[in-house]
Amino acid sequence: MKRIGLFLLTAALALVTTPAVAQVDLAGNWVYRLHEDWKERSPGPDLGEFLGLPLNSEGRARALRYSANVLSMPERQCLFYPPTYVVVGPQSLRFWADTDPINGQVLAWNISAAVDRSPIKIWMDGRPRPSANALHSSGGFATGVWEGATLTALVTHFKEGYLRRNGVPSSDKATITMHITRHGDMLTITQVIDDPIYLARPHILSRTWQFDPGTNVSPVADPCIPAPEGLRDDGSVPSYMIGENPYVNEMAERYHIPEQAVMGGVETLYPEYRKTLKDKYVAPAMCARYCCGWTPGGALIARALKCNDVSSDVR
Amino acid sequence: MAHRVAGAVLLWALACSGAHPAYGQARAAAPPSAKASAPIDLTGNWVSIVTEDWRYRMVTPAKGDYASVPLTLEGKRVADTWDPAKDEAAGEACRSYGAAGLMRIPGRLRISWQDENTLKVETDAGTQTRLFHFSGAEAPPATPPSWQGYSTAVWETIRTAPGMRPAGNAAATPAFGSLKVVTTAMRPGYLRKNGVPYSGNALLTEYWDVHKEGNGDQWLVVTSALRDPQYLQDPFLTSPNFLREPNGSKWDPTPCSANW
Repeated sequence: MKRIGLFLLTAALALVTTPAVAQVDLAGNWVYRLHEDWKERSPGPDLGEFLGLPLNSEGRARALRYSANVLSMPERQCLFYPPTYVVVGPQSLRFWADTDPINGQVLAWNISAAVDRSPIKIWMDGRPRPSANALHSSGGFATGVWEGATLTALVTHFKEGYLRRNGVPSSDKATITMHITRHGDMLTITQVIDDPIYLARPHILSRTWQFDPGTNVSPVADPCIPAPEGLRDDGSVPSYMIGENPYVNEMAERYHIPEQAVMGGVETLYPEYRKTLKDKYVAPAMCARYCCGWTPGGALIARALKCNDVSSDVR
Repeated sequence: MAHRVAGAVLLWALACSGAHPAYGQARAAAPPSAKASAPIDLTGNWVSIVTEDWRYRMVTPAKGDYASVPLTLEGKRVADTWDPAKDEAAGEACRSYGAAGLMRIPGRLRISWQDENTLKVETDAGTQTRLFHFSGAEAPPATPPSWQGYSTAVWETIRTAPGMRPAGNAAATPAFGSLKVVTTAMRPGYLRKNGVPYSGNALLTEYWDVHKEGNGDQWLVVTSALRDPQYLQDPFLTSPNFLREPNGSKWDPTPCSANW
């Protein structure tokens, strides 16, 4: 009789404890596809190229002062990989869950590290966010909730770094709202990056990965370890003075893009901005650089495709 | 005594779940229309925010610039024959405004219900119209190829395993979901203004998702996979973003252009 009672009680609890929202299984290995922003994500953006960024004047001014020689400073060598690098860089991802061993509830979702970017742990247990003055780490602090089939995470408390590998700055006040949506064998991660210091409005980037259980993606990566790379002995920070950056005209010369557009800004992101370009832009006669630029497997130049590249310099 | 208590708890739990009676009623009733069952509201005005592939979308890139598109050799050969003046003269100026390339053309979307089971997506760039049919039927066999092809659509929401009770109240409209669209019967067109091609055999699968931000912004993200056995080695994956606008005051219809 006691067994029947126990059974009925268990059945009752099963009915009332059904999760309010379902969760999609994100676990597995996801392979990147560089079908968007290939140059920026793979060989890297040109110096002085800020196309598609809603920079404010402060962000633009600081980006123009950037010199790649800052890599000679050990304390600045690991600044290129904040959590935004998930969508800014070329990297396959591994997702896995931390589960409570007693009740099986998902406590956190993890996104693997890559290159020098730290792993990201998205807490799902409702824990409070730390003080704004708490320690900022390279991976930041992230909490998540399910919105239907989308895992939405808020990432805060990550260190100052670069939003783009050519020196576009990212402040320690920046936050990321990350929407992670799985559609069958495709995973789309949308990041809405809000930086009150350097951006005039939130910046959106979305990328898509493909599920590939045969790909081995390590959950951890080699840590970013600073090393001497030709230190300056005068203690100065390599940079250009305002108005002296020698690379601001590169995009105009290579791709005929007007300098005003190259400098980014909110207005350059809207369709109507094309009207201001129409009389200023003449396409180069032929592609001369990075013309193929993608192939299955991730190689830089497509096999068997004879491209028109006359220059493959990566600076 | 324990038996009675447990039985009472079970009755209480069934009452709390509230799902079974509603579930049974829903099965008996006629299925709601696509409009009535929409888990997300796509209708309204949206504008492209071009933060990705700016150089390929906001201006016409140089001939021969097919970076990031997984072309086959045949695809590359066709791209190298691009001649916008020839397209214009042949009345083919809309080649880059076909369904496979349209969502990446900077512009505005106006989305509305044409009827209870057909969603209409209009673009001011190229003045194109896409129709998403929720009827469940594939393109009729005699469907002639067109720039926008024939699109079937279905709402995707959280599924429940067979035999299991769905979470929450099954009678309520789910608050979240995606729109899945599959498009066939497209005329051959361009993925980029500079003649990077897709063929008439291409199949376009899209997922339309809406994300709401804390500052009130609403983003529409269209995740697309274009499969083309003729010109692509792999599916071409893109995900352009649109920001919701309060009204259509900036709607600016412009005709197709082959060279701008």
